[in-house]
Amino acid sequence: MAIVEARNLTKAFDGQNPAVDNLNLVTEEGEYLVLLGPSGSGKTTLLRLIAGLEQPTSGEIFIAGDPMAGLPPRVRSIAMVFQSYALYPHKTVYENIVFPLKAQGVEAAQRPEKVSWAADLLGIGHLLKRKPRQLSGGERQRVALARALVREPAVFLLDEPLSNLDAKLRATARDELKTFQRRIGVTTLYVTHDQVEAMGLGDRIAVMNEGQLRQIGTPREVYSNPADTFVATFVGSPPMNLIRRGDILVGFRPESMLPDSEKAGEGLSLQVDVSRVEYLGSERHMLGTLAGGDLQNKVTGVLPAAMPLDVREGKDQVFFVHAPDLRFFDAETGKRTDPRPVRDIA
Amino acid sequence: MSAQARAQAKRRRVGGRIALYVLVLVFTAQAAIPFAWSLITSFKANPDLYTRDNNPFLYNDPPTLEHVNLLFGQTAFGTFVTNTLVVALCVVAITLLVAVPAAYSLGRLTLRRGGAVAIAIFFVYLIPPSLLFISLSPVVANLGLQDSRWSLVVVYPTITIPVSAWLLTGFFKSIPKDIEEQAMIDGCSRMGAFFRMVLPVAFPGLIAVVVFASTLSASEFIYALAFVSQTSQKTVSVGVPTELVRGDVFFWQALQAATLIVAIPIALVFNVFLKRFIAGFTMGAVKG
Repeated sequence: MAIVEARNLTKAFDGQNPAVDNLNLVTEEGEYLVLLGPSGSGKTTLLRLIAGLEQPTSGEIFIAGDPMAGLPPRVRSIAMVFQSYALYPHKTVYENIVFPLKAQGVEAAQRPEKVSWAADLLGIGHLLKRKPRQLSGGERQRVALARALVREPAVFLLDEPLSNLDAKLRATARDELKTFQRRIGVTTLYVTHDQVEAMGLGDRIAVMNEGQLRQIGTPREVYSNPADTFVATFVGSPPMNLIRRGDILVGFRPESMLPDSEKAGEGLSLQVDVSRVEYLGSERHMLGTLAGGDLQNKVTGVLPAAMPLDVREGKDQVFFVHAPDLRFFDAETGKRTDPRPVRDIA
Repeated sequence: MSAQARAQAKRRRVGGRIALYVLVLVFTAQAAIPFAWSLITSFKANPDLYTRDNNPFLYNDPPTLEHVNLLFGQTAFGTFVTNTLVVALCVVAITLLVAVPAAYSLGRLTLRRGGAVAIAIFFVYLIPPSLLFISLSPVVANLGLQDSRWSLVVVYPTITIPVSAWLLTGFFKSIPKDIEEQAMIDGCSRMGAFFRMVLPVAFPGLIAVVVFASTLSASEFIYALAFVSQTSQKTVSVGVPTELVRGDVFFWQALQAATLIVAIPIALVFNVFLKRFIAGFTMGAVKG
C-alpha cells in the first residue's frame, strides 16, 4: 500500500515561482525515501505539505490511502523531526517524549511504559530528568527521535536532522538512524541536501529541483543512470563530467576516466590538459580541460590510490572511458537519451 | 611574569574587590535607608519628630502606635488599598488579555507591516499622561465613570498595553516557530500549541508584564487625581497624599506608614521574581 502519495501537488507562495510544482510521488511501505535537492528546491515545503503545516495550492495528498485535504497535522498519524529538533525548552526529556501521548489522549497508565520503550530504543533512558539545554547535539537528536517514535506513527518525516551535528557525530548518527529505521520498519521521508547522506541512507532517492521531481530511484539508479543533467551533476562528488558533442551531451563519472593503458574494448579517448591535481589520500582528483576543446569542456577525473599513474600539472594526459560508462543527454532539454555509437562522438 | 608583576596583579585584584564591595554597600544603603527612615518615623511621637535637634533615626521619646492607628482608624486607607488592588487586578487582566494576542501576532508577522504597527503602538506610550488626560476625560465622562475607580481600570491600559505589547513582541519573536509546529504535529490544535508551548516559554515576559502593570496601577498619580475625587473610590497613590495632607498640615508618620505598607509587598514580589523580571526586560530589549 502506498503510505504517502502526492498527486499533482502544487504549492505557490505569493508572487513567487511555485515551491512545489505539479509533483507526483508514491512511497512504498516501510521504505526509507530521501528527498534530495539543493536549498530552495522545494523539498522541505513538500515535507511540510505532507505534515499539514502548509496547505497545497492545488493537488492532493494521501496518507495510508486517506485524502488529507484540510486535515490539521495532529490527525495525520505522522511524526516529524525538525532540523532544529524543536524540543520543548521548558519540559524535561521525559515530558518532551510523553507529550505526544498526552496530547493524543493516550491513557495515563500506558504512558510511562511507552516512554521507556522509546527512550531505551534510543539509549537515552538515563537522560529523562534533564532539560533540553543540558543535552549535547546528539542527545537532543535522539530525544527528538524518541518523541517522534513514541506515538507509533504511520510515517516519519525528518527534515535534515543531521545538519546541526558536527561532522564526526554525523557519521555515527547516520548509521544509527538507518539501523533504527530498519528495526522499527516505519516509512520514512528524509529531507537532505547532502548527497552522501542520501546515498548512504536511502532505499530510494527522490531528486528535486525547482519544485519538481527530477528522478526517483535507488541510489544506484540515480547515480549511474541519472534522468537528466541536473541529477547527473547534483549527485556525485565531483559531479559527472559533461562534454558537448553536436546536439548531445556526453556524460561520464570522474572515476570512469581510466589511464589509457587500462583500455579494454570500445570507448572514448580523451586528451586532457591537466591543470591541477589534488591529492586526497585515498584518491587523486585531476582537474583539466579537454585538449583542443573550448573552455567549457572542463573535466574532473578521480584516480584511486591503487592506480599508479604519473599525472603532472600542466601536462597533457590521455584517458579512456569505456563505452558502457558513457551516458547521453539531449543538449537542449537536458534529458537522458538513448546511447549513441561511440564512433559518432569520438 | 615576574614576581613583581604578579604581586601588582594581585594588589589590583584585591583593590578591585574592595572597590566593588564599597560600591555595593553604597547602593544598598541608598536603597535601604529611605525604608528604614520611613519605618522609624512611622512610630515616632510628634514632639520627637518635630524637635529639630533630635536624631531622625533614633527614638528620643518612646515609640507610639498613635499614627498607625490614625491611618487605619480615621482615614479611608483600607478602602484605598482595596481600590488599588481591584484596579491593579483588573488592569493586569485587561493588559494580558489584549497585549498577549497583539504581541504574538506582531512577533509572528515578519512582514514590514508588523514592524510599522509595533512602532505605532510604542508611539502611543510616548504621549505623556499630563496631556492625554484632557482628551481622556470626555471618554471617561461618556462612559459614565467619572469619580469612580472603574475609570482607572479603563484608562490605565492605555499605558500598560502598548508597553506590554512591545515587551512581549520581542519574547514571542525569540520563541522558534518550530516549537509550535512540533506541538501541532504532536497532537495540539493551533490554540493548544500556543497555550501549552508558547505561553509557558514566554513566562518571564508575562511576569514582567504583571509586575509592570500592577506597580503602575499602584503608583500612577495624574489620572488618579484627575478622574477620581470621591474618597471611597480613591487608590493609594492619590488617596494617601490627598487625605493625609490637610492644608499645610502633614501627617508625616501616617504618610510614612502608608507608603511602607504599600511598598513592602511590591518590593517582596520584585525580589521573588527579580531574575525573571530582568530576563523579561533584557530579552525583549535585545531580541525585540
